[in-house]
Amino acid sequence: MTNLIKRKKAERRFQLYGIFAVSLSLLFVLTLIVNIFSSGIGGFYKTSFLMEIHFDQKLLKLEDNPSSEQIEDASFRKLISYNFKENFSQYSKDEIKQIKKLFYRKIDKETQSYLLKNPQYLNQKVELLFTASTDIDQIHKGNFNRNIPEKQRSINNFQLGIYDQFIETGKVKKVFNKRYFISGDSRDPESAGVASSVMGSVFTILICFLLSFPIAIFASIYLEEFAKSGKVTDLIEININNLAAVPSIIFGLLGLGILLNFFGLPRSTSLVGGMVLSFMTLPTIIVACRSSLRAVPPSIREGALALGATKNQVVFHHVLPLAMPGTLTGTIIGLARAVGETAPLLMIGMVAFIMNVPSTPLEPAVGMPAQIYLWSESAERGFIEKTSSAIILLLIFLIVVNFVSVYFRKKYEKKW
Amino acid sequence: MLYPVLFLLLLSVVGFYLNKNKSVYLSKNQKLASLPAYYGYLAFLYIFVPAIIIWLGLLIGKSFILQNYLILTLGDSLSIMNSDEINLFMSKVKNLSLGISFGNETDLEKFAAEKIISFDKIFSLLTYLVLTLSSILAFLIARKKVIPNFKSQRTVEKIVNRFIQICSLIAILITLGIFLSLVFETLNFFSYVNPLHFLFGLNWSPNKAFVIDSAETIDKDILRDAFGIIPLLGGTLLIAFLAMIVAIPLGLMSAIYLAEYAPKKIRDFSKPVIEILAGIPTVVYGFFAALVVAPKIVMLGKSMGFEVSSESALAAGLVMGVMIIPFVSSLSDDVINAVPQSLRDGSYALGATKSETIIKVILPSALPGIIGSFLLAISRAIGETMIVVMAASLQANLTINPLEPATTITTQIVTALTGDTEFDNPKTLVAFALGLTLFFITLFLNYFALKIVKKYREIYD
Repeated sequence: MTNLIKRKKAERRFQLYGIFAVSLSLLFVLTLIVNIFSSGIGGFYKTSFLMEIHFDQKLLKLEDNPSSEQIEDASFRKLISYNFKENFSQYSKDEIKQIKKLFYRKIDKETQSYLLKNPQYLNQKVELLFTASTDIDQIHKGNFNRNIPEKQRSINNFQLGIYDQFIETGKVKKVFNKRYFISGDSRDPESAGVASSVMGSVFTILICFLLSFPIAIFASIYLEEFAKSGKVTDLIEININNLAAVPSIIFGLLGLGILLNFFGLPRSTSLVGGMVLSFMTLPTIIVACRSSLRAVPPSIREGALALGATKNQVVFHHVLPLAMPGTLTGTIIGLARAVGETAPLLMIGMVAFIMNVPSTPLEPAVGMPAQIYLWSESAERGFIEKTSSAIILLLIFLIVVNFVSVYFRKKYEKKW
Repeated sequence: MLYPVLFLLLLSVVGFYLNKNKSVYLSKNQKLASLPAYYGYLAFLYIFVPAIIIWLGLLIGKSFILQNYLILTLGDSLSIMNSDEINLFMSKVKNLSLGISFGNETDLEKFAAEKIISFDKIFSLLTYLVLTLSSILAFLIARKKVIPNFKSQRTVEKIVNRFIQICSLIAILITLGIFLSLVFETLNFFSYVNPLHFLFGLNWSPNKAFVIDSAETIDKDILRDAFGIIPLLGGTLLIAFLAMIVAIPLGLMSAIYLAEYAPKKIRDFSKPVIEILAGIPTVVYGFFAALVVAPKIVMLGKSMGFEVSSESALAAGLVMGVMIIPFVSSLSDDVINAVPQSLRDGSYALGATKSETIIKVILPSALPGIIGSFLLAISRAIGETMIVVMAASLQANLTINPLEPATTITTQIVTALTGDTEFDNPKTLVAFALGLTLFFITLFLNYFALKIVKKYREIYD
């Protein structure tokens, strides 16, 4: 009897191990996602200060009704320092310098763009929003503990006092960070954005799709419908299985050795990135396409053949369209994996500092995951948040893509 | 660069319609051997296929022609340079012609850059001309074939079949490309470093090679001690081992629980959620390992009185393990589900409890498949790059202590090739030798894993 109790206990224990393993795995997913989202969601917002600016015509050396070119040529440095002196007249010169450090260092450019958009501001006093410096931005969002000793932080006690004053007078605002979505990389976390890397990834994936999708479909059709079993066919099968298991960094070495060094294609471009990723995606799509071709019942083929269609007509007019939903699902999964792939991009130089948003696949570009890698290596605190925000965008994209593929499968999948 | 292809496509489509219309016209009076569209396809293929081959040839031959053209026009001034100087000159001039200037170009280089610009113009004009001519020629041939008793469908299908056959060969080409590029550069590397010193050396410090590469000849005695792969292999295996310690118990137990115990609702929820882990890009794990896990481990170690490096193998290994859980669990799940129900029923009939059935009947019969899935997971861990690049150390360190920093093969490939990529020094070339080693290790593991899995499947199917 005791033996039975023991065995029952062992049974319960074993089941508990299982529950423990599953819940721990689920906990990992939860931790990862909560952590990334909580640290990155702030990156879509930025801290800004309200400040009154007097657009003095004389300080800007502008004529009446200046043209946009004239405003672009004007120097706003003097205007800014004059306004700081006016607004903080009770402080010494040195202190004003410290106050200025609470703002983004390109405050003159920001003022300039305000005037460009609203020429009527000239000679007026206007209260405008200015981006805060990344240090104060991080303190405001609570990512940085302000209570550590003064020597260990970049913001000193005086500056913190001014910042508290701003808060009391309601001059601190949290605004949507539009710049994050429309600008390229930058040395300053305040103005860095994901636009160039998003464009780079779009081009890369487009090239990857254009190359791998047709080739994979043709290859699968050949292997599934036409090839006679023989040594060559076996060799191709073994190769496809092997390619699916080759580490991604090896594909990067292939791109570097063959595409860049041997064929002399331009370095750091989405063209090469897309080609390398297409080598990786090819096996995934082939496997998916072949299994969907196999799933098409022979009765379809025989019916078409009986009506006098040639073998090619059977395959291209009847079998392939029926195998398309499954193939597309596999393609989407393969491309989603390619979007997140970083290591091959490192090998072919798609990790450069790119400020301009590329407009063709032949321009130097950086991929989204490579941008994440670049930012995460950066020492500046503000970039950590930017990295998490970029990861959020990437994850949201991947989740959407996966839902689309599941939807496709549910909607078009046929059970024969 | 891609405009000629669009141009060709346009020409081919025009050819398609011209031929199709002609055959439609003909078919009003007499019966054609094939449907009119096939005469159109014939024109399309006749125009497109040869022209695209010509275009690719021109594209590949362009730099060669350009070099000879420049040597012809600049003649004397280039003849005094040796081949290295000519290469340098060429890349500088090419950059200049693209508008990338460093402000220190000589008159000769400026002149050559202008020549390149004019050459580019002439060459692209010539390309279009050649493509148009070949298209017209091809079209005329295809046009001749629009006659009642020509079986164009058969010809078109033959071409298409040949084409898809070539497509299927691309998988072989890619493997061949990987192999050749790796082997070629590895041999290049072995001309500097003895393969034995590479494979059995206990010391990894490639920066030694960097210090001396300014000198004309590289001292082989120094290189002997700089490129030993053993510490990298040790670090790779250590991190992979740590990953497996996390992934195997969690993955296997999850698979068992979800396959044998869990109610349908929990299974339908948990399986896709755990599989999310496999879909997250590795760069995200790397970020997580470096910025969240590593500091936590350092803190935890400090509170327990251990000295933990901030780039410890432990952080990278743990996070990698989490990444691999779904690989182990979904593969094991497949194998466990493939065990026939009759084995379970037999065990229950003898009075065994569920856990006894699993441990003593199901797992042993699924064992080969499970081991295969472990091998696949290990190969994934060894080839993983981003997590270790971001969280592991760059310093080679032959250790089995997970709290110490360790580096891996993939990390060193990345460090060797990011930054300067001059291909004449062992410091960068070693990346290809490391890549070849990695390629063989993963190939070997996968081969065995698949073989085991296949063998197992044969028993029950």
